[in-house]
Amino acid sequence: MKSQEIISRLPYSKPFLFVDEITKIDESEVEGNFTFDENLDFYKGHFENYPVTPGVILTETMAQIGLVCLGIFLLNNDFNKDISIALTSANMEFLKPVFPNEKVTVVSEKMFFRFGKLKCKVNMTNANGIVVCTGEIAGMIV
Amino acid sequence: MNREETLVQLRNIVKPYINNEEAFENFTENTDFITDLNINSANLVDIILDVEDYFKIHIDNESMEKMVDVKSTLEIIETKLAKK
Repeated sequence: MKSQEIISRLPYSKPFLFVDEITKIDESEVEGNFTFDENLDFYKGHFENYPVTPGVILTETMAQIGLVCLGIFLLNNDFNKDISIALTSANMEFLKPVFPNEKVTVVSEKMFFRFGKLKCKVNMTNANGIVVCTGEIAGMIV
Repeated sequence: MNREETLVQLRNIVKPYINNEEAFENFTENTDFITDLNINSANLVDIILDVEDYFKIHIDNESMEKMVDVKSTLEIIETKLAKK
């Protein structure tokens, strides 16, 4: 499955789509990136006069690239509009701030995919290759 | 391994995932993972994977669907262990 095809199957759209590109994907791993447009709405309030990407948005970005894109790839034809998915757990550590216009790369490694639950070890790095966020995220078909 | 021992081992496996301390105190064969212990389906998967690791057995989809309470889980563990 091509990068563009996976992204088109994501159940998100602007302003809540946080995937620009999938650069690598196979049965066990996915890599993708996203650039945070400075005009994204949440920067107006997080924080006032000091825009920083909220941790929940970093978590969401990591989940969309690391978990949902990989899940769509793994399910392939079994993934359709009738399937609903849910984030079930996220255990994250935030190491560096991510500012407006930064491009981040997410690499996610599958820990397991059993009984409809996908759990991954996910890392996010900035343009300098520095890890900004790391953790374990799981989601499920519900 | 008798049922009593298996019950104690299962109790230890389940412990990190419970959301109702009181129901967990009365952990018996009649305990339901979802309605009594408030365990969600995602953590139920974790419990089943932990059961596989601990007892060194493989749980298939069909068995997994039955493992919603202590009694049926013990039965499946016993059946799988007997086949080893």
